[in-house]
Amino acid sequence: MNEINHSLSLTESAKRPLNILQNIGSFIGFAGLAVLLVSLANIYTKDQIDILLYGSLGAISVGTIIYTIGTYKDKPAGIKNDYNWLAGLTSKGSSAWIAAIFITTFYVFLYWFPQYLGLGENGAANRGLVGFFDPLSELLKGEGKLASQWFMYGTLYTFAIIIFGIKFIVKYRHNRYQVIRTISVMVFQLGFAFILPAFLERMSLPYNDFKNVWPLNYYFFDTWNINGMLNAGNIGLFMLIFGIAMVLIITPILTYFFGKRWYCSWVCGCGGLAETAGDSFRHLSDKSENAWKVERWMIHTVLVISVLMTIAVIYNYRAQETQYLVTTEIFLGIVLFISLLLTGVVIYNRNSWINKHNRIAFIIGGALLILLLAFTSYSYFLKGANDLFIIQTYKIQQFYGFFIGAAFSGVIGVGFYPIMGSRVWCRFGCPMAALLGMQQKFFSRFRITTNGSQCISCGNCSTYCEMGIDVRAYAEKGQDIVRASCVGCGICSAVCPRGVLKLENGPKTNQRASEKRAIFISEDEVGLIG
Amino acid sequence: MKIVIIGNGISGITAAKTLRKHSDHQIIVLSDESELFFSRTALMYVFMGHMRAQDIVPHKKKFYEDNNIELYLTRVRTVDFEHKSVILEDDNFIDYDKLIIATGSKPRIINWPGKQLDGVHTLYHIQDLENIERHCETMNHAIIVGGGLIGVELAEMLHSRKIPVTMLVRESEYWSGVLPLEEAKMISDHIRAHDIGLKLNTELKEIWGDKEKVKMILTSTGEKINCEFVGLTVGVQPNIDFLDFTTLETNRGILVNDKLETNMDSVYAIGDCAEIRTPKEGRKNIEAVWYTGRMMGELAAHNILGKELDYNPGIWFNSAKFFDIEYQVYGSVPNKPVEGIGQLFWKHPKKNKSIRLVFDLKNKAILGFNLMGIRYRHEVCEKWISDQTHIEEVLSNLSLANFDPEFFSTYEQHLVAAYNKETGSALKLKQKRSLSNVLNFLSK
Repeated sequence: MNEINHSLSLTESAKRPLNILQNIGSFIGFAGLAVLLVSLANIYTKDQIDILLYGSLGAISVGTIIYTIGTYKDKPAGIKNDYNWLAGLTSKGSSAWIAAIFITTFYVFLYWFPQYLGLGENGAANRGLVGFFDPLSELLKGEGKLASQWFMYGTLYTFAIIIFGIKFIVKYRHNRYQVIRTISVMVFQLGFAFILPAFLERMSLPYNDFKNVWPLNYYFFDTWNINGMLNAGNIGLFMLIFGIAMVLIITPILTYFFGKRWYCSWVCGCGGLAETAGDSFRHLSDKSENAWKVERWMIHTVLVISVLMTIAVIYNYRAQETQYLVTTEIFLGIVLFISLLLTGVVIYNRNSWINKHNRIAFIIGGALLILLLAFTSYSYFLKGANDLFIIQTYKIQQFYGFFIGAAFSGVIGVGFYPIMGSRVWCRFGCPMAALLGMQQKFFSRFRITTNGSQCISCGNCSTYCEMGIDVRAYAEKGQDIVRASCVGCGICSAVCPRGVLKLENGPKTNQRASEKRAIFISEDEVGLIG
Repeated sequence: MKIVIIGNGISGITAAKTLRKHSDHQIIVLSDESELFFSRTALMYVFMGHMRAQDIVPHKKKFYEDNNIELYLTRVRTVDFEHKSVILEDDNFIDYDKLIIATGSKPRIINWPGKQLDGVHTLYHIQDLENIERHCETMNHAIIVGGGLIGVELAEMLHSRKIPVTMLVRESEYWSGVLPLEEAKMISDHIRAHDIGLKLNTELKEIWGDKEKVKMILTSTGEKINCEFVGLTVGVQPNIDFLDFTTLETNRGILVNDKLETNMDSVYAIGDCAEIRTPKEGRKNIEAVWYTGRMMGELAAHNILGKELDYNPGIWFNSAKFFDIEYQVYGSVPNKPVEGIGQLFWKHPKKNKSIRLVFDLKNKAILGFNLMGIRYRHEVCEKWISDQTHIEEVLSNLSLANFDPEFFSTYEQHLVAAYNKETGSALKLKQKRSLSNVLNFLSK
């Protein structure tokens, strides 16, 4: 097929034609962006900032909306993927690389050099881009509460989800699943990640994003965070209990009934940005088997590291704050209990779970648990140290914060949208996705069902799967799809030209995804799996 | 055993895969179009930029290497059935113990004056994309001849490049030889909604050129239309010319019995190029659809391995997409009113959605489903039809069949209401749509 691809040379020959409205929209939007960027030059005076900030955000919104109207106005509702692989921006052309470098640079400055974005250091006043957001920060959080680089980032992030969310809703207006799901991520981002935290700060309460669940929120069990909540009265206590309940009770129950999509493509902010701002890049995900292999190793490694780190942090906390419940004995007991429970579950389910890949995972997981027990016992009986592992806990935290919290989820995760697709972080790095994925695979009613023999192997489903799942490989066999990584965005079902795929919750069975429906011969085997 | 398969489409490749799954025989697949099997129906999406050429290829080269399926890019000149040998265009030959002919279709071309002009094209092969692409830059107006599935695909392709298109359709509505009138009208209107000219009851008469390039066409109504491109999409026919003057018995296609055997020893024909001598009730001799190719490929493979199975594709079904309207059909749905056949039809007042149920007026057994813009579940419809389920039983459980995504409006209640109004009965929808209910129903 390679030589045929070369002879077609489609990528070079066609340009996405823009109509007048699209051109006007682009112009207004980029003008707004330019006003935002020029703030870095510190040429705006204090009394200009107000109007310029709202003006630039307004121009970006209006520009995007005019562009959206121009794009979809004259077209009947339906799947609009024309030119995705022909136009440079959406097919890794030079404009895609420019966009990627631009976003990546922004993230590098955001995480490691915020002073160049204008963050005032050591009590100095904010300047530049961060200072640009001072008026909004004061408006939301109260007099004198100036912006930080995170407030600036959070505002732009929420803003992106809202305006591209609107574009997404217009694009998929014929598909109610997509519309409702997108309204959901917009509401969760705006309400829980943006307005509520600002309100909490106004009330002098600790920062909390209720939808940001451990282990995605890797600092939830950090000493400062726990102390912050414990020192904030009943509301703080509620935050602590709610955060723990999310991990232990709410998440598993919802995932059992609906699959991990309830979180990854309905609630989560990372998912929200990927689904809205990243929608134009979803087809860029790598579908190769190698990518799948890397994905499984990488995402579970991140999960293991984040779990170990959290255990070390909690252990550390116990050593510092003896007045609270967690004593060494209780801690040791919990680790022992969880180990035994997991071992029991694995042995009980050994037949349905253990294949070649899982076996390796279980051996590694078992080895880690034993190691953990050994370290705990060692620390407890011999050393009496504050650190659980040989490495100091704060160094693990530093490592995780730098490489995974910042570099992976931000710089690569979002910066590389135009090159690697919109869900790089969710697919390769998010420990929450890994955890939910395991639940989805082993304890969930969720699956994607295929409609009889209607599949024509066209490949739209696989191409538009942002998680790089080769959906077609299942659909053409009439096989239901149960994959740990599936975030349930529903786009495979939307783009299918033959109505083959449907996201469904049904009775949980052991054979949810077994290859049962022979195409023709074994009629006794024909049927849905149930 | 050495098994040679001519053609790497869905039939040939399914045969190869099935043979490999159940045997260690040598398997050789010959093709002159592309090295790897691709989804022909997805060619339009490559042109429109939804996918790249490699995205419509289900199996990469490694798959064939790993499974020891030998692929050769070559053209077969003819077959020497007596000596069991396939003769290639370079005079080399490959002997076989079993031969499967799966050469598919080719576009049907009527002998129009001017059909040899530069700018006259068909849409079938992967190479056609390249040709059409080449003409796009100089195209101000394109004519598409034929009101079938490929014609609307080509219209959609050219429309995506903002090229004005006019379609000439022989029938009184788009595809009204197959679709019932209401559905055909809906598609006609939908095509027009994309600013595509639709000339009904009109055929192509002549193509006129200037310096060997298309310049204008003349229609059967006497109208002259300027154009730089003419797409000929008036159907397909079996691609079997290379077998002329052999002892293989052919009609329109290669004649095969229920075991898919031809009149020659150890030679099978499958897919679009095969013509079934005695088709099952409700099925045709030649059915150029994707899934019958897949079924035949699987069946021929099993028969070569000694299973002795008869070809029976079961209850007819099909699907397509016309611009934004999805279409599904299960069972038999006549395009005109037929005596003794009841029809229950509901159309959305605003949207392009409709449901049609067809049933036998005498015993009230359900015969078919025709869906526009709404998805129905294959297994459920199939079970109702094969069980000759009473129309009232079908209606009251109709939600089981709904396969639209979650949160979509359901329309089954309108069918029930229409039936109640017509017959004075008081049927009610019994079940909600849910996977559990479907699984219960199917396991009954």
